[in-house]
Amino acid sequence: MTKFMLLQNYEGGAGCQLPMAEWAPQDIKAHIDFQHALNAELAAAGELVDAQGLAGPELAMFVTSDGAGAPVVTDGPFPESKELLAGYRMIDVESQARAVEIAAKASAAPGPGGVPIQQPIEVRQVMGAPSPDL
Amino acid sequence: MTAGTGIEDLLRELAPQVLGVLVRRSGDFGAAEDAVQEALLAAALHWPADGLPDSPRAWLIQTAGRKMTDQVRSEQARRRREGAAAMREPPPAPVTDRDDTLILVFMCCHPALTPASAIALTLRAVGGLTTAEIANAFLVPEATMAQRISRAKQRIKSSAVPFAMPASDDRAQRLRSVLHVLYLIFNEGYTSSIGPDLHRTELSGEAIRLARMVHAMLPGDGEVTGLLALMLLNDARRPARTGPGGELIPLAEQDRSRWDQALIAEGMALITGALAQGSVGEYQVQAAIAALHDEAARVEDTDWPQILALYGLLERMTGNPMVALNRAIAAAMARGPAAGLALLDALGDRLAGHYRLDAVRAHLLEMSGDTEAAVAHYRAAAGRTTSVPERHYLTSQAARLRAQDEGGHGS
Repeated sequence: MTKFMLLQNYEGGAGCQLPMAEWAPQDIKAHIDFQHALNAELAAAGELVDAQGLAGPELAMFVTSDGAGAPVVTDGPFPESKELLAGYRMIDVESQARAVEIAAKASAAPGPGGVPIQQPIEVRQVMGAPSPDL
Repeated sequence: MTAGTGIEDLLRELAPQVLGVLVRRSGDFGAAEDAVQEALLAAALHWPADGLPDSPRAWLIQTAGRKMTDQVRSEQARRRREGAAAMREPPPAPVTDRDDTLILVFMCCHPALTPASAIALTLRAVGGLTTAEIANAFLVPEATMAQRISRAKQRIKSSAVPFAMPASDDRAQRLRSVLHVLYLIFNEGYTSSIGPDLHRTELSGEAIRLARMVHAMLPGDGEVTGLLALMLLNDARRPARTGPGGELIPLAEQDRSRWDQALIAEGMALITGALAQGSVGEYQVQAAIAALHDEAARVEDTDWPQILALYGLLERMTGNPMVALNRAIAAAMARGPAAGLALLDALGDRLAGHYRLDAVRAHLLEMSGDTEAAVAHYRAAAGRTTSVPERHYLTSQAARLRAQDEGGHGS
């Protein structure tokens, strides 16, 4: 089994560029139900490690430090806030093909009018054990 | 997994025997497995305080049998009568224990299961580990592992595998699945003995314990012996594989005084005995290679020509291109880097893009003095590996060579 992170930001997709706050209430509900159902499906398949949404860009901070002086803390609003991470799923699956299949489902989450958002899902393998030969 | 106590060891030893009896009697693997887990937990709770029962095995069979009856009672009436009747039968004679346990191992490692399911089910049903322990070892939530085990049991139920010894023509193939699953469990622990996953190393110990058990049941099978020997001979090097900071130390640079000589002696005796019996399989060849490494007191004493010949044999047996990579290293050590690089070229695109090909090429290029190309391949390998300790190692190799090269030009 291999662990993958499926990451998504706030950029939307070819199916929908509208921020969720501007959707119809029933569309928002359908979207949230879809996310819960996908998590439940992954849990039942024994593939879910963790799934979390992150608090919005309004609460994001960037912290830098030279290790000596006080750290520099920058908070929003950020001009490129759409590129910030919105949430992630960590899955533990048999193959990369399965990770892609799950990412495809997540990308097709319903937006306004039930149209799939087609949001890009970043698929990243989590580092594991070294080869037994080394 | 907690440290083995006397009671815990006893429970682990009895778990597959008790489960075998219950599955044989009830024909319901899933229900029997749940009941045995409950009985094991009850024993772990009561025995340390109340002392061991006169017959721990009979106690577990009775307790698990009662739990199973309770379970069955809560289902429909027809099943309740049948189940309760089954539970009143006396336990079968102990002579069947060994067969029951072996049948159980065959069942848990059934080729219809995915490797991950087979591993989880084997650790729980044969190894007697709890779901929480297995989940912890594989770094997933307990609920996720519980689902995996439950699906594996469903799969066995729906495939209607009989609780019986596989027919002889099927048996060799089924035994191969068993050995494969045990080797995967071993490697899960062995490869994670580096870096942040140190607590998973007990999986290697569990795989060795299970391999010993199968070996005790099939002492005449050369491949079972070969696998046990291979595990022991690799595990013997574990103390030397990791540096103080958890970093990877390759074989050639290990402090061989830290190898476990008792494990080496045991592994050597096993593989020598198995090879003398004829009918050599791939685990025996791998064990023989491990033995040649282990018996070299210094890296320069390694019998590379012999290792090269064995990798040639193994490659013909398996057709595995990863074996070809190891053969290339052995060729380079026995005949010089050009011989190894020629073997890599002969691989064509069979491993194109695989980081191990770049890592081995980098190593052989370094041996041949082509520093610049070696640096490039170490970097390429570092970019494609999926292991943090390996990435650290490969990045450091590239940095070391580059610094050497620049130092050389500067002076």
